[in-house]
Amino acid sequence: MRSMVYRGPYKIRVEEKDIPPIEHPNDAIVRVTSAAICGSDLHLYHGMMPDTRVGMTFGHEFVGVVEQVGPSVQRLKPGDRVMVPFNVYCGSCYFCSRGLYSNCHNVNPNATAVGGIYGYSHTCGGYDGGQAEFVRVPFADVGPGLIPDWLDEEDAVLLTDALPTGYFGAQLGDIAEGDTVVVFGAGPVGLFAAKSAWLMGAGRVIVIDHLEYRLAKARTFAHAETCNFVEYEDIVVHLKKETDYLGADVVIDAVGAEADGNFLQHVSSAKLKLQGGSPVALNWAIDSVRKGGTVSVVGAYGPIFSAVKFGDAMNKGLTLRMNQCPVKRQWPRLLEHIRNGYLKPSDIVTHRIPLEHIAEGYHIFSAKLDDCIKPLVVPHPA
Amino acid sequence: MAELPTPYTAGKPALKESTETLRARIPGWGADLDPKDRPAHPREQPGIETGAHWDFPERQEEKWPRERSVEHAFVTPVFGTSTPLKGASGIIRRYAYKYSEGRAAHWLLLVAADRVDAWEHHLRSFATLRPDNPITETGVLSEFSRHGMGSRFGKKRADLGHQWIDPVVVGAPWALAAGGLAVVVLRSIRKEHAR
Repeated sequence: MRSMVYRGPYKIRVEEKDIPPIEHPNDAIVRVTSAAICGSDLHLYHGMMPDTRVGMTFGHEFVGVVEQVGPSVQRLKPGDRVMVPFNVYCGSCYFCSRGLYSNCHNVNPNATAVGGIYGYSHTCGGYDGGQAEFVRVPFADVGPGLIPDWLDEEDAVLLTDALPTGYFGAQLGDIAEGDTVVVFGAGPVGLFAAKSAWLMGAGRVIVIDHLEYRLAKARTFAHAETCNFVEYEDIVVHLKKETDYLGADVVIDAVGAEADGNFLQHVSSAKLKLQGGSPVALNWAIDSVRKGGTVSVVGAYGPIFSAVKFGDAMNKGLTLRMNQCPVKRQWPRLLEHIRNGYLKPSDIVTHRIPLEHIAEGYHIFSAKLDDCIKPLVVPHPA
Repeated sequence: MAELPTPYTAGKPALKESTETLRARIPGWGADLDPKDRPAHPREQPGIETGAHWDFPERQEEKWPRERSVEHAFVTPVFGTSTPLKGASGIIRRYAYKYSEGRAAHWLLLVAADRVDAWEHHLRSFATLRPDNPITETGVLSEFSRHGMGSRFGKKRADLGHQWIDPVVVGAPWALAAGGLAVVVLRSIRKEHAR
């Protein structure tokens, strides 16, 4: 099969690989029909995530058709169209049985601090991902869901991570009616977080980024006010002034490890790999939220230490909430919102890249060329 | 006295827009106002239906000794089989797994192994019919077809200050390797001539 393969930092290519076999009785093999490149794939692509091995196939956002199932699979059969959450999880461990699917303890021998994620280094379990023609899907009775007939395939791909994670970011903020919500990052997750904040009754939503074309999308797609932090000497002071010196009630970090805005922080983490992530957005979040407020973190960070302004968080009495999203718990409500017309996830898709051209797709997304917001990867373009 | 900013007195700031205006302007505004309507609420729900029909999953066959975190009691019943440990990077990685996730040595050794791994594979690729090609594998030619200049300049982007480092990070080791190889070849040609 044709498959995206990592060759070292900033380098990928398409190679021929064996179709993955059934390795566990509850496995399924899925033929991928659409996948996506996620902002967090860029952390792997840039060589930031420890134990990212040459030869691995990335891709944790994908949908497809069940090709084969293991002997214990009861809920899926060959031919079913499925969307697969980015979490690999067992459904039965201490954490899964309480709904913490992203924190599963039975799928990742390499680390206890993180669950299993498709195509996301050995630190996340060593599973090949879905930027390929076929992918192994463990625990087929637990993770994947049937794609409803009425749902567009591109909307379904975005339900495997970006939309649920954005919604989850807003949810972690415990937004109350009339709250002022600031979202750092106008990428896919930030756009969905901003949109979701309104569903939860926010009174004001302000999105911060440095890419004008993404801020324009935040205004039209997410109905948000926007600020380009490059235009202000100090974005924290600007946000204080915007909120009558109170600070925002809730701030969402939808940027994560490669945040811009501070040269030293960015270079020491993204280029020199000396930090788990550049905490610029997180530090701005801590400083711009009001005392007693909530900072929600859904931007991804690596496991190495980061220079976070923890003292300010403590002294301000903040609530810090964060996790990888337990995707499948979000689906029923998000499907309702899509059906009601409140959400149209595929509106943020800007590029559809054939698998054979995925190296260009990664470069376009990484270098933010061509007004790229969300690139999809299509193994077999029509 | 001029009106004091919000945090200096007890009052809440007035809403910028009324809830009626927000509801009219934004599709679905307030649909999930009640936390009970939010899907992963409460965060922990003991006994949640997951689809699992086992108490502990059957164990996947371990076809090679699988490295694991020392914070785990055993190799988890299911695991990824993407890329087994191999070569010098494999030795470093196996050593890294002797340290817990709480130790910097664990992660820094893994990062070092990643760099070694890349070079092991680059060198190995030169003995194949498909050597690594930094031009095609970085996708950098899309700079010409996808408005590389127009996407960057005159756009107030914060990342312009460090994007120049990327070609150095990617290209410098290749340039050094090519230079080293050229020196070796030139020296051996000179030696041949001297004879």
